Amino acid sequence: MTTHDTIVAAGATTPNTVAPAAPPEPLAAISVNGLSKAFGQGAATVHALDRLGLEVRAGEFVCLVGASGCGKSTLLNLVAGLDQPSSGTVNVDGRTGLMFQESALFPWLTVAGNVELALRLRPDNTLRKRARRQRADALLKSVHLDGFADRRPHELSGGMRQRVALARAFAQDADVLLMDEPFGALDAMTRDLLHDELERLWTDRSFTVLFVTHNVREAARLADRIVLLSSRPGRVVAEFPVDIERPRRIDSPEVSSLARTITDRLREEVRRHA
Amino acid sequence: MLETESRERLQEELAGIDALELGDRTRASFGRRAWSATWPKLAAIALAIGAWQLLYWSSWRPHYTFPSPGTVFSELRDELGNGVLLPAIGRTILRAAKGYAIALVLGVIAGSVVARSKILRSAFGSFITGLQTMPSVAWFPLALLLFKRSEAAILFVVILGAAPSIANGVINGIDNIPPLYLRAGRVLGARRMSMYRYVILPAALPQFVGGLKQGWAFAWRSLMAGELLVIIPGQFTIGALMQNARDVNDAPSLMASMVVILIIGIIVDAVFFAGIERTIRRRRGLLVAS
Repeated sequence: MTTHDTIVAAGATTPNTVAPAAPPEPLAAISVNGLSKAFGQGAATVHALDRLGLEVRAGEFVCLVGASGCGKSTLLNLVAGLDQPSSGTVNVDGRTGLMFQESALFPWLTVAGNVELALRLRPDNTLRKRARRQRADALLKSVHLDGFADRRPHELSGGMRQRVALARAFAQDADVLLMDEPFGALDAMTRDLLHDELERLWTDRSFTVLFVTHNVREAARLADRIVLLSSRPGRVVAEFPVDIERPRRIDSPEVSSLARTITDRLREEVRRHA
Repeated sequence: MLETESRERLQEELAGIDALELGDRTRASFGRRAWSATWPKLAAIALAIGAWQLLYWSSWRPHYTFPSPGTVFSELRDELGNGVLLPAIGRTILRAAKGYAIALVLGVIAGSVVARSKILRSAFGSFITGLQTMPSVAWFPLALLLFKRSEAAILFVVILGAAPSIANGVINGIDNIPPLYLRAGRVLGARRMSMYRYVILPAALPQFVGGLKQGWAFAWRSLMAGELLVIIPGQFTIGALMQNARDVNDAPSLMASMVVILIIGIIVDAVFFAGIERTIRRRRGLLVAS
C-alpha cells in the first residue's frame, strides 16, 4: 500500500465537485506528507501515525475526528513542532498556537499576566510593559473577558479559562490555531456558547484552524471540512466537506444528518478492530 | 457573517453564564483574618502553660528543679533587662542567618545543577536525601577536629544541616512541574533561559518554599546543638547561657532560654514561612476555603 485512499463522501453537502474558477490557489497553511510516528522499539513499537497526508488551506477550519488511538494528539504535537516525526514532513506557513483540553494557563500569573507573557515570549516582541498590558486588555476584551484581567485562573470557570487560552493564542498572533479537544471538558451549554464565540472570532480574524475532537456533532457544527482518521496506525480514511451555511446550530437537521453519516463511517472503522 | 443582533445576544449570554459560574470573591478584612489565625494559637499556648502550672502544683519534681511558669517568665523579664540575654539572642540569630544564607546559596546551586541532568540526579539525588536524614549532631566531632572550637565549626554543621533540604526542595520542585506547563511554555516560544525564568522557576516555587522551611528547621536545630557543644569562651549565646544555667543548677534561667528558642522558632516558621506558603497557595487556588 503506497497511498491512502481518500474517499470524498458526497453526503447531503456537496452539490458539485468542480471547483469554481479561482485562479490563485490559496497557499496551504499546513501541509503534511507521508508522516509517520512510532513510539517504543522492537515488538513493543506502537505506530501512532502511518504515512499520513493532509493539506489545510489558509483560513480553512478543519476538524479531525477518529476513535481512540488514531494519533490525533500526536499529529497536533508534530504540527506544533513539539515532537519530531519518525519520517515524513510537516510544513506550517506562519506561527502556530496550540490549545489543550485543559487551558494550561499558568496559575502563578493573573489572567492578564498569562496573556502578557505570551506577548513577551514572542520572538518579535518589542512592546514595553505598559503596551503589553494594553494589548492584553484589548485581547481579553475580544473574548468578552474585560473586567477579569486581575483574576487568577483558578477563580474562573472552565469555559472562561478556555477563552483566556484563546486570547493567549491570539497574543502569539498565531496564523494557525491547533486545538486539541479544547471544549471536551465543558458542559453542553458552555460548549455551545464557545462554538458560537470561536466561529465569531474565526470569522473576524481569519486564521487557520486544525481542531481535534471525538465529538462528531461538534465537528459538523464547526468545520469547513472534516477529516476522519483510522486507529492504530492513524491515517486519513475519509474526508467530508461541510457546506452547511454559517452561522450554524449544533441541533440543526443538516448538522445532525452529516454527523450521522460520519458516525456510521466511524463505527465501520471501529468494527475493523473487533 | 453573523449579524449584530446575534453578536449582542452571544455577548450577553457569555456574560450571563460567566456571572453564574463565578463564586463570591469577598475576603475577610486583615484584622479578622489575623484574629482567626491567632486565637487558636493563643489558646494552645494558654493550655500548655496551664498544664505546666498543674505539673508544678503536683510537686512532681522539687520546685527548684522544676519552677512554675510565673517564676520562669519573671526570670525571662529580668534577663531581658540585664544586658546579657539580648546580645546573646542577637549573636545566635546572626549565626543562624549567616549559616542559613550560605546554605541557601549552596543548596540552590546544587539543586539546580542536579535537577538539570538525569545522570547527576541518579548519581547525587539519593546522596542528598541521605545527607538530609543524617542527624546534624553526628557532624560535630568531625567539625571540632577540622575547625577546633570556633565559629566555623558551628557554621559548618548549620550549613550541612540546611543545604540538603534546600537542594531537595529545588529538585522536587523542578521534578514535579506538570508537563502541560512545559508544553504550553514551548508553544508560547519559551527557550532555555526564558523557560527557566518564566515557567520552571515559578512552577517550582511552592516545593522550593517547602524546602526552605524544612532547611530552616534543620539549621535552627543544628545551631542549638552546636551552641551547646561548642562553647567559645567570652561569647554569650543562647546555647552558652543554657549550658551556664545548667552548670549552676539555675532552672528558671535555663527554662527562660528554652522559651526564647521556642518563640524564635515559632515566629520564623509560623509568621515568615507559613505566611509565604499561604500566599502562594491561595494565589494558585491550592487553598481550600474554610
